[in-house]
Amino acid sequence: MSATQPQERNQIQFGVFFQGVNFSTIWTEPESGSQIDFESFRRVAQTAERGLFAAFFLGEGLRLREHLGKLHDLDVAGRPDAQTQLAALAAVTSKIGLVATQNATYNDPFDLAHRLQSLDLLSGGRAAWNVVTTDNAWTGANFRRGGYLDHADRYTHAEQVVETVRAIWDSWDDADGSARLVARDFGAFDVRGVGRLPRSPQEHPVLFQAGDSDEGRDFAARSAEVIFSAHGQFEAASAFAADIRRRTALAGRPADDLKIFPGQQFVLADTEAEAHEKALWVREKQITPATALAFLENIWGTSLADYDPDGPLPDIDPVVEVTGETRGAGFRAKKSKETADAWREQAAAENLSIREFVFKVGGRLEGGIIGSYQQVADLLARYADEHIVDGFNISPFLIPSGLDDIVDRLVPELQERGVYPTEYRGDTLREHLGLRPPLTRRGEPGDAARQTPSFDLV
Amino acid sequence: MSAHFSLAVDLDGAGAHPAAADAAGLTTRELLAASYLAAHVREAERAGFTAATFPDSPLATRIDAIQRASFVAPQTSALGLIPVAHSVYSEPFHVATQLATVDFASYGRAGWIVGVDADPRIAVEYGRDAVGPELAAAVATDAVEVARRLWDSWEDDAVIRDTTTWRYLDRDKVHYVDFEGASFSVKGPSIIPRPPQGQIPVFTDATSGVVGDVALVTSSAQAAVSAARDAGARLVWLELEVALDRAGLPGAERVERLDAIAPWSGEGIGRYVGDAAGLVELLAELSGQVDGVRLHPAVLAEDLEELGRAVLPELRRTGTHTPPVVGTTLRQSIGLPASVNRYAKANA
Repeated sequence: MSATQPQERNQIQFGVFFQGVNFSTIWTEPESGSQIDFESFRRVAQTAERGLFAAFFLGEGLRLREHLGKLHDLDVAGRPDAQTQLAALAAVTSKIGLVATQNATYNDPFDLAHRLQSLDLLSGGRAAWNVVTTDNAWTGANFRRGGYLDHADRYTHAEQVVETVRAIWDSWDDADGSARLVARDFGAFDVRGVGRLPRSPQEHPVLFQAGDSDEGRDFAARSAEVIFSAHGQFEAASAFAADIRRRTALAGRPADDLKIFPGQQFVLADTEAEAHEKALWVREKQITPATALAFLENIWGTSLADYDPDGPLPDIDPVVEVTGETRGAGFRAKKSKETADAWREQAAAENLSIREFVFKVGGRLEGGIIGSYQQVADLLARYADEHIVDGFNISPFLIPSGLDDIVDRLVPELQERGVYPTEYRGDTLREHLGLRPPLTRRGEPGDAARQTPSFDLV
Repeated sequence: MSAHFSLAVDLDGAGAHPAAADAAGLTTRELLAASYLAAHVREAERAGFTAATFPDSPLATRIDAIQRASFVAPQTSALGLIPVAHSVYSEPFHVATQLATVDFASYGRAGWIVGVDADPRIAVEYGRDAVGPELAAAVATDAVEVARRLWDSWEDDAVIRDTTTWRYLDRDKVHYVDFEGASFSVKGPSIIPRPPQGQIPVFTDATSGVVGDVALVTSSAQAAVSAARDAGARLVWLELEVALDRAGLPGAERVERLDAIAPWSGEGIGRYVGDAAGLVELLAELSGQVDGVRLHPAVLAEDLEELGRAVLPELRRTGTHTPPVVGTTLRQSIGLPASVNRYAKANA
């Protein structure tokens, strides 16, 4: 709109995470659509593409979540296979990146490499792999090898799987369609074979990673191209960016080689007051009375059905020492008694009921960005100017309509400020994100690995 | 004549003839291109085929067959989409989830050809012990059983969204499958709700030792068809290679020219070489013997066009074959009864 908009302002980008699990997705409202109908996925992906989002992101389900030894029944559950769904979405989109979360423990390296490359070719170079890792035997009960991996080895294993998958992608010789043998020993098993497909226009699917521990951050700094984080608030994001860039440089890479995309929820309205009112509504809908009790039960390890969600925290002590792993990563291995004591103390001090307390500590909106379109655009412009993130991975709280106001209202505000793209930079995800060539394909100029293969026929 | 005489077409690279790619002047990249795949699938749908099949091998240069089927799902509206998914070394949990995803993306048009390739090179890729042909059939049979249980593990009305108790799911309608086989076990339940068809139609090669809903046979002789039915298949489809007369060139001459580049030994299945009228006659005859025929065109770019131009319209006119209708599932269009959920009874 303005003819004097700054041209060289740093920009941020968006991705969207279609979650399919957790209580951040509101399922109780008339506008809460199907979580499994393909039309819901199509609508979100196409809306995101209309908003020039860099990526559409799917999680991976390997075991249906449980709560107190039974199937967890309060949250959205049931999701498609990530890559298969993204292959279908590749047909109804043309630019947006397609990110599949795939576990390095329960996917076989050759099969995984082949499927990721299939998606990359079908989508014309828009695929990405969000590598995650699990060790628990509970998940392994759905797979041939069971719980074969020690907790301590999970990152080492994941990094080795990443290295192997890249070697498989690199094994194809563009000159004659032959492929070099790739053989790797994983201890519990060893694999040997050759790649079966040529590389896509972006050469390799982009590698995303989300671990937040020291080990996870170092793994990302060595191997990943995009890191998700939980650090979306300004100061936390700033500290995280400094830490990640330091680690990336220490790993011998340019500090900006690893792009930073915190997960984030946005609650937006015309005015700040309306946005805060809406945020209260979202919180109420996300944390139902039953969800509030279940949140505590996960620490207490026993049913708290007799407690009033609007009353004080339970006076009994937890019956377990540590929380289990059946509710997903957010709850993993917390010390129960210690946590319960701290929570009771905090709730008493602040005079909070069970539900109010869970609003506070378990609320998906804590750390979320709430405000008017203009306010939030100004805030995000600061993130861009300070370059403390490369973008945000947005989790909409409503499916499939949750991106509409972001795309229709926030994106234009950001574009006016010059801090958001006004067009896709190219056709591949690697281009959208401004990434360098894959780590294993950065030879010196003139090296065979540096030559860009011809893709005019694809 | 079967009420649901099905006609499927196998979409394999440039065609069934080993020289098809050379003859069509197609490179590896062209054969792998998404646009090439989509063009043939749409052509198959326009022609009126019941289904397209997508072959795969864990050792060949092909885009993953499940992803091919999924990619074309939103680009088609009536055509059945039947990928090969191998099951001797792969993870049954993943395969079942992937196929269910195709069924959702296609609104109930997915099928599964069970791959039973036990090649030791595949075992080495997966880091598993190689198995012989007999054990391979047993493992694949287990994989089919796991998939069937997982597809039933959510009852159709498991998602309740009950705002009085705040329950999204009725956990009594979601079931552990507790499969314990000789070489693997799977706990369940499925991570994806019950697919639109309930049970996705399972196709197996009649000689594979694995029994599904539909047996693919290489002979229409009464004995072969009966044997497949006796083994437990509800439907029997015949495999048939085809090379048609085209543009003034007899089919036999086309094959001869292709054979000069690379001989077409075939897969031990029947072959029709000749004019469209003869094929129409043959298929009409076969419609009285088998429930469907899967055609393997010699050169996709040429024979698929002839089939759509001169063969399927004629079969439609004579009532031998009816194209699938938008909004029907693959089960319906091939003549399988609605599937019953094995777990639903416990709560009825």
